[in-house]
Amino acid sequence: MQVWWYFTFFSNPIVYQIIISIFAPAFKAKNNIINFKKLVNSMLNHYETVFILTPVLSDAQMKEAVEKFKAVLTENGATITNEENWGLRKLAYPIQKKSTGFYSLLQFDAEPTVVAALETIYRRDERVLRFLTFRLDKYAYEYAEKRKGLKSKEKEN
Amino acid sequence: MAANQGDIRYLTPPTVDLKRKKYCRFKKSGIKYIDYKDPEFLKKFLNEQGKILPRRLTGTSLKFQRQVAQAVKRARHLALLPYVTDMLK
Repeated sequence: MQVWWYFTFFSNPIVYQIIISIFAPAFKAKNNIINFKKLVNSMLNHYETVFILTPVLSDAQMKEAVEKFKAVLTENGATITNEENWGLRKLAYPIQKKSTGFYSLLQFDAEPTVVAALETIYRRDERVLRFLTFRLDKYAYEYAEKRKGLKSKEKEN
Repeated sequence: MAANQGDIRYLTPPTVDLKRKKYCRFKKSGIKYIDYKDPEFLKKFLNEQGKILPRRLTGTSLKFQRQVAQAVKRARHLALLPYVTDMLK
């Protein structure tokens, strides 16, 4: 008899609604924690880094250096979305008594901590003359995507 | 002589120059981001010594003048533009 009473009581939709409404804040809080975690995971920024390598390197050495920095990024959990090699360019002013340098650009999505790791490695590497890491905001990202599109079209042609 | 007194004569005809209103080229053409990797474009905002031109000459709005200045400084750091020079153009 008692079991029957319990069954009718909890299967009653109105009672069920009331119970749900009592525990709703708790459910919401749990969801909020999950949402917060999602937010943290999606706190990836778009970055762009340009660096200048010394012109004394051979082509193979230069490529190897670029690969090294790419490896650093991927090891830290970044995904590289674009890569550009501008080749040997003349510098506007001499840096370390050199008037030319190999420019390369990497665009990547990563967490903010990755940038610091990358920059320490830039500083330790003697082959790097200059570097600049830049966080792309909304408009900059649009521009970068457009630029990427143009570059890929050029390659096709 | 008396007839001519009414009209004033100039040696050189007075130039009525219409003051052309300056405008912000970024606002006009809808550019939202100024790229530091494009030194040729940034050179439009520099004088011959490589200094950044003031807003009163270029007509750029304050919002974009700040962005131009930032982009020029980034380009200088990457040796795309010189810090000091002569005869940039």
